[in-house]
Amino acid sequence: MMTGLIPYQIFVKEIISEFRTRYALNALMMFVVTTLTMVVFSLGDNDVPYEILSGMLWIIIFFSAMSGLSRTFVAEEERGTSLTLRLLTKATNVYIGKLMYNIVLICSLSVFIALAYQFIIDDFVVQSQSIFWVTILLGSIGLAGASTILAAIIAKANTKGTLFPVLSFPILLPLLLTCIRATVLAVEGAFISEALKDFQILISFAIVMIAASVMLFNFVWND
Amino acid sequence: MVNSQFYDKQMRSLTLKVENVARVFARKTLFEGITFKISSGQSFAVTGKNGSGKSTLVKILCGLMTSSRGTIQYTVDNAVVPIDELFPHIGLVSPYLNMYDEFSGEENLQLFAKIRGIPVDQKYIDELLQRCTIYEHRKKEVRYYSSGMKQRLKYCAALLHRPVLLYLDEPSANLDEQGIGVVREVMQEQKQNGSLIFATNDELDLKYADSILDLNSLKIG
Repeated sequence: MMTGLIPYQIFVKEIISEFRTRYALNALMMFVVTTLTMVVFSLGDNDVPYEILSGMLWIIIFFSAMSGLSRTFVAEEERGTSLTLRLLTKATNVYIGKLMYNIVLICSLSVFIALAYQFIIDDFVVQSQSIFWVTILLGSIGLAGASTILAAIIAKANTKGTLFPVLSFPILLPLLLTCIRATVLAVEGAFISEALKDFQILISFAIVMIAASVMLFNFVWND
Repeated sequence: MVNSQFYDKQMRSLTLKVENVARVFARKTLFEGITFKISSGQSFAVTGKNGSGKSTLVKILCGLMTSSRGTIQYTVDNAVVPIDELFPHIGLVSPYLNMYDEFSGEENLQLFAKIRGIPVDQKYIDELLQRCTIYEHRKKEVRYYSSGMKQRLKYCAALLHRPVLLYLDEPSANLDEQGIGVVREVMQEQKQNGSLIFATNDELDLKYADSILDLNSLKIG
């Protein structure tokens, strides 16, 4: 078997494992539904500026991601399978496999949240769907890139649940601010050329995070 | 009886050199000055009272934990193998290694072969499962296995890639008489087809060792 397929095998294992155990899916869906319901009830009939609504969308995506993305490594530690995995393949293969899984998970989650948010919140009308969906996609990849390595780090700590958002927030702040700005542009109906600078930041963020993670993961995984 | 079908036709050569290895936990030295060398066809046992560091030493030798001092060098077929690239050459059976509970025994082995990047040899997987007498439970999820069945599955997983060096930490743990018999056969075969390192306090297991390191006295006998 080609060694390039090993990360894909880990990705497939994660998907099958998730559908059988529902470690992350159930927690994520509950979080998303609860948060969206609370937002709808708290807004009521008030007119909320679209800048605030754009920010709220990314707050929901950020905290939903935080409640699910760490599971991929935390579950390995809790079930005692991380040592087994270490004896099977190289650290880089594990990282790439888990990153692929986190990207798929967060992209699906973000698409679901974005659709539900547009459907439920009447005042949130996206004029430029292309800018909006590119932002959702690039933002999700950046979120997954940064949180995968952080999940590997916090999986070895005792206070996993609280550490993850606390550590992630300062690292993800530039990404979130850019995503919010690009979402505002999408709501305003800007041309795609106006959002190019934000897309460049999002792409650069994802590349830097993933490249740094590939280099550092060996130390995190094997220590 | 040596069942050579479970090993490579061509035996690979391995040398493990351990020099002055020590492990310190919170400023307390667990063990120090551990030095030995083993080559293909040899077996080595680690013994000592509970808490003496048998499992810790096995973890260090497998690259699952770092030593505080000392060097460990693996040479396979005359090439030095870095400790983080050791996984194709070693197998480990140990109480702290777990299988994926949500997969069946057979799926675990197929998954391990895929993640190792080796072909899924279904015939060989069936042979291993039959040999460890869990073949009829192969479709059951591991969460429904007894501790003895899990231990047998760990042997299948450790032998799946035909390792040149097999580590066994508490080889007979959780096993009945028949299971212990299979383990002793595996130990005998591994001695003849590769190398074997095991940690135990069982006197009968220790008979399979060419040399024994006692962590209480740090003497090799």
